[in-house]
Amino acid sequence: MGRKLLTEHINVPGIQGYEVYRKMGGYASVEKAVKTMKPEEVVEEVKKSGLRGRGGAGFPTGMKWSFLAKPEGVPRYLVCNADESEPGTFKDRYLMSRLPHLLIEGMITSSYALGANTSYIYVRGEYYYVIAILEKAIAEAYAAGWLGKNIQGSGYDLDLYVQPGGGAYICGEETALLESLEGKRGNPRIKPPFPAIAGLYGCPTVVNNVETIAAVVPIVNQGGDAYAAIGIGKSTGTKLISASGHIKKPGIYEIELGVPVEEFIYSDEYCGGILNDKKLKAVVAGGSSVPILPTDLILKTAAGEPRLMTYESLADGGFATGTMLGSGGFIVMDETVSIPKNLWNFTRFYHHESCGQCSPCREGTGWMEKILHKIVDGHGSLEDIDLLWELQRKIEGNTICPLGDAAAWPVASAIRHFRAEFEEYVKHGEKIKDVKYYFHTNNMDPAAAYSSL
Amino acid sequence: MTTEIKFNAETMATVQQIIARYPAGKQKSALLPVLHIAQAEFDGWLSPEVMDYVASILNLQPIEVYEVASFYSMYNLKPVGKCLLEVCRTSSCWLRGAEDVVKHIEKRLGIKEGETTTDGMFTLKTVECLGSCGTAPMLMCGAQFHENLTLEKVDALLDNLRRENKRKTYFDDVVIESY
Repeated sequence: MGRKLLTEHINVPGIQGYEVYRKMGGYASVEKAVKTMKPEEVVEEVKKSGLRGRGGAGFPTGMKWSFLAKPEGVPRYLVCNADESEPGTFKDRYLMSRLPHLLIEGMITSSYALGANTSYIYVRGEYYYVIAILEKAIAEAYAAGWLGKNIQGSGYDLDLYVQPGGGAYICGEETALLESLEGKRGNPRIKPPFPAIAGLYGCPTVVNNVETIAAVVPIVNQGGDAYAAIGIGKSTGTKLISASGHIKKPGIYEIELGVPVEEFIYSDEYCGGILNDKKLKAVVAGGSSVPILPTDLILKTAAGEPRLMTYESLADGGFATGTMLGSGGFIVMDETVSIPKNLWNFTRFYHHESCGQCSPCREGTGWMEKILHKIVDGHGSLEDIDLLWELQRKIEGNTICPLGDAAAWPVASAIRHFRAEFEEYVKHGEKIKDVKYYFHTNNMDPAAAYSSL
Repeated sequence: MTTEIKFNAETMATVQQIIARYPAGKQKSALLPVLHIAQAEFDGWLSPEVMDYVASILNLQPIEVYEVASFYSMYNLKPVGKCLLEVCRTSSCWLRGAEDVVKHIEKRLGIKEGETTTDGMFTLKTVECLGSCGTAPMLMCGAQFHENLTLEKVDALLDNLRRENKRKTYFDDVVIESY
């Protein structure tokens, strides 16, 4: 069993409440930080830990913190990004609803490090019940003297609030989140300036994911070096993986970075193998935006090395043969899944969620969705497959925010690795509609399903 | 139906508490939370009159409210049934049978996606990923997640909701089923 830095006590009865959380060592990082460390020493430990943003981008957290501008007389803000909505990702909901005080503790310690006196947790609106859990825990933290004026006699003041979103994937993009927190549409801002210079209300702001902020707690408690000793290379510490799809044991797994992908999928400690003992067809390893990989490339790199659950190993081979760790939303597809239909489902998502600011994304995602619908509906042509390829290339890199890229990558990778299946759809014309959206409704393997047409 | 569009004193106090979370002059930040409250208070949707009322409370132009309410998927700009069934249709839920759940509800209730039953009890809506992928397929009704759905569970849920005959909101207490 790997070490659990975040979820060690998650099954302790009553851990949602302050008393039990405190008894299990909770709020020690706040005590240590505000009583024995200068803010910049906390930043230094986070830098040493090698912690990388757990929301998806994987940017080094300590470096992000050190960019924060500190002009005199201007407030600074820490905003927690709890707008978890990357398809396949549900770790933040798990963490916040089961261990609300861990996030609050991380918010206090991190706010102290950044010199923020007001901080916000922006939670997607669909998680309203999680907001209720967090607000209860925040009230307990105030009552126990961990929030408010002069925290634990240190002279440090912090107010912490929870903000609901309104239902928009784009608000997971940090500048769209800030717009939304200011009561506006979630349109991403043009950068620079980055939030570290001009963020919430134009003030210097750090936006971090829930899991990133939670990880600050063990980093401060045990020291950055101890955290960095876990994992492989630049993939330090532990990561929450949201495992879903056709596996025997879907759920959240806290892994030490470096577990082999094959072990993660097949070991009873993690996913427990493929549902109904079918064969593995493909995996989306880091949330719907990252490239889909077929079985051979997800289990081993193109060079034949075992693929590991690290930022570097999953990215090995670039987008030609690799993918990304992303948010850790690990979606497993068995042999019965129709890749074109799955891609249509993903692309419909991006079209629905595009904020509409940039033409390549607004128009391109809709165009791709229509072409994919045409293909899976049996009216596609070989030229349509080429057109899809061209379209995604024209979206990628041509938008204000990464939603355009996120919409392009699944299309590019599906065509790159599964072009033959798209051609199969085109070949069979309207008869393809007889193939169910997934074949196991009829308990058929795909080859038999296609050849029966 | 609610006739007068005005928060009661208790709700107004909650709204004032929300406004106090932000720096002076930044009361526009309260817009999303206050719209959620307004939707829950006024029959589950935001009529132009309700949005104008919210604008007046927050000292905003009505357009600032309309453009926000129309951007986010959780705000209903048309009347909905007492129970809004929000079925997740994305990726993992789709892989685990979300289309079957939608078809089953359509058949049971005699409505199509986006429609409301004639008795005003149910509205069926499909939504994008709700972050419940490990317990797919799922739907949300009010604040409650209904997870690991089977068609039998859907039937039981619809029966229960009809028996309860209560408007569901995002502020309801929930039972945490599983992870």
